[in-house]
Amino acid sequence: MSRNANAAGDASADEILRFTNVSMRYGRGPEVLNDVSLSLPRGSFHFITGVSGAGKSSLLKLIYLAERPAAGSFRLFGEDVTQMVPRDLPMARRRIGVVSQDLLLLDHLSAFDNTALPLRIAGHKPADYRSDVAELLTWVGLGARMHALPPTLAGGEKQRLAIARAVVGRPEILLADEPTGNVDHEMALRIYRLFVELNRLGTTVIIATHDQDLVARSGRPVLHLEKGRLNPLASQGPGA
Amino acid sequence: MSDIFDITRWRPAPYLPEAEARDPALIFVIAVLCFLACLTALGALAGDRGARGWTGQLVGEATVIVRARGGETPDAAAARAAEAMADVAGVTEVRALEREKAYELIRPWLGDVADLDDLPVPRLVAVTLDRKHPADAAALDKALKAQGLDAVVDDHSIWIKDIRRAAGVVRTISLAVFVLIAGAAGAVVAFATRAGLAARRDVVEVMHLIGAEDSQIASLFELRFARIAALSGALGALAAGLLGAGLRLIGGGEGITPALPIAWIDLLAILPCPVLAALVAALAARITARRLIQGL
Repeated sequence: MSRNANAAGDASADEILRFTNVSMRYGRGPEVLNDVSLSLPRGSFHFITGVSGAGKSSLLKLIYLAERPAAGSFRLFGEDVTQMVPRDLPMARRRIGVVSQDLLLLDHLSAFDNTALPLRIAGHKPADYRSDVAELLTWVGLGARMHALPPTLAGGEKQRLAIARAVVGRPEILLADEPTGNVDHEMALRIYRLFVELNRLGTTVIIATHDQDLVARSGRPVLHLEKGRLNPLASQGPGA
Repeated sequence: MSDIFDITRWRPAPYLPEAEARDPALIFVIAVLCFLACLTALGALAGDRGARGWTGQLVGEATVIVRARGGETPDAAAARAAEAMADVAGVTEVRALEREKAYELIRPWLGDVADLDDLPVPRLVAVTLDRKHPADAAALDKALKAQGLDAVVDDHSIWIKDIRRAAGVVRTISLAVFVLIAGAAGAVVAFATRAGLAARRDVVEVMHLIGAEDSQIASLFELRFARIAALSGALGALAAGLLGAGLRLIGGGEGITPALPIAWIDLLAILPCPVLAALVAALAARITARRLIQGL
């Protein structure tokens, strides 16, 4: 494979992100990621696996710019993240969709308004996005619950709502942290199919999960983390 | 009508909930602080006016005590003193008081006296001075001495000095209390903002995550707390204004006491209260919000 994470030397036009010997720690705590190198092509679909505490969520936080590397180099969308100034970060974040483990839905906003948030933040007018948001919610199966508040939604509906919000701005990367953690098997498959559809539309998808069954059945490449290090033996496929 | 055509359902909801459970308590506390600040301002203005009025009256007057000597009668001595001072620059009117009036002034100390002829009551001469360029005690004294009169001039300078000092103390204390109350209001708003942000950390986190700029997030809280503070400031100012107007109506130009004469124009001083409260709140919210966002 031409794009090998551990041969992180070639910058490719199709490369969406590249870690080179990246380490990360929270404050002055121990390193939660250690010497991670990987490169992911645009439009790829990867799972990140590993036991709890292996560093999956931390890796995602680095990618969605909630944290900065303590050491090493991280390029995102062709730019060196370590050289970005704070005012550059919001624009970069708008190119990333995130489905957080705890979903982070705003309870006082309807499903429609939750979904439309990234578009409003980006300065779009309601008249411009109304039909798109409604269509998207219908696509994720929430067409009939558009005006419902999150506390009234079922677990799977909340999950799909979080996904809808993550993709409404047509992000270049979609990150999902345990997106099937709180739903039954059937719903997990539906959500997975949703990600596959988005990937077909060109979005790079990275999913952190414990769900080995889903990973095995998908046949998608895997980045396996162990104690903050990328395990090349357990990892498979492009980027691994 | 179908839900899909209900336009209000399609209007974007505010990023922050329109009302929080803690809002009424916060509005009450800020309104009370604004009320106290407005009362302090009114009190300071009224106290200052009272002090200026008193000193103004005293500056315009002097009293001369004349004692007759030799074979001169007290009436003649008082008349000569009045004549001597009438030509002094800065004197507009001189009036020798009758013996009975002089006695009325000293009666609180002497009590009722049956026969005034037995009492050597000194004669008093009331001098009205030019308010803009009043004659001083030395000039009056010089004129009296030139006529060989045994007289003491009291231009109330000791009283005026004391009243001016008291007015200065009232002004300083009022300003200090006003600053303290405004500071307390600012601290309450800052504390409430911090609590509000902590309670709405979810909104901050989500907006941060989806690419909102720090200024966008901070402005939400600035606007919210500025609105609450403006409302509270208006309520506090209204209450203080009603109280001030009530005192003015009850007591007329002297308010409820001559020491605190409230004027209608004083009520204008409380008009900026809502704006000032909103500015303090917005500033506190901005600083607090930015610190919290940077900590994410």
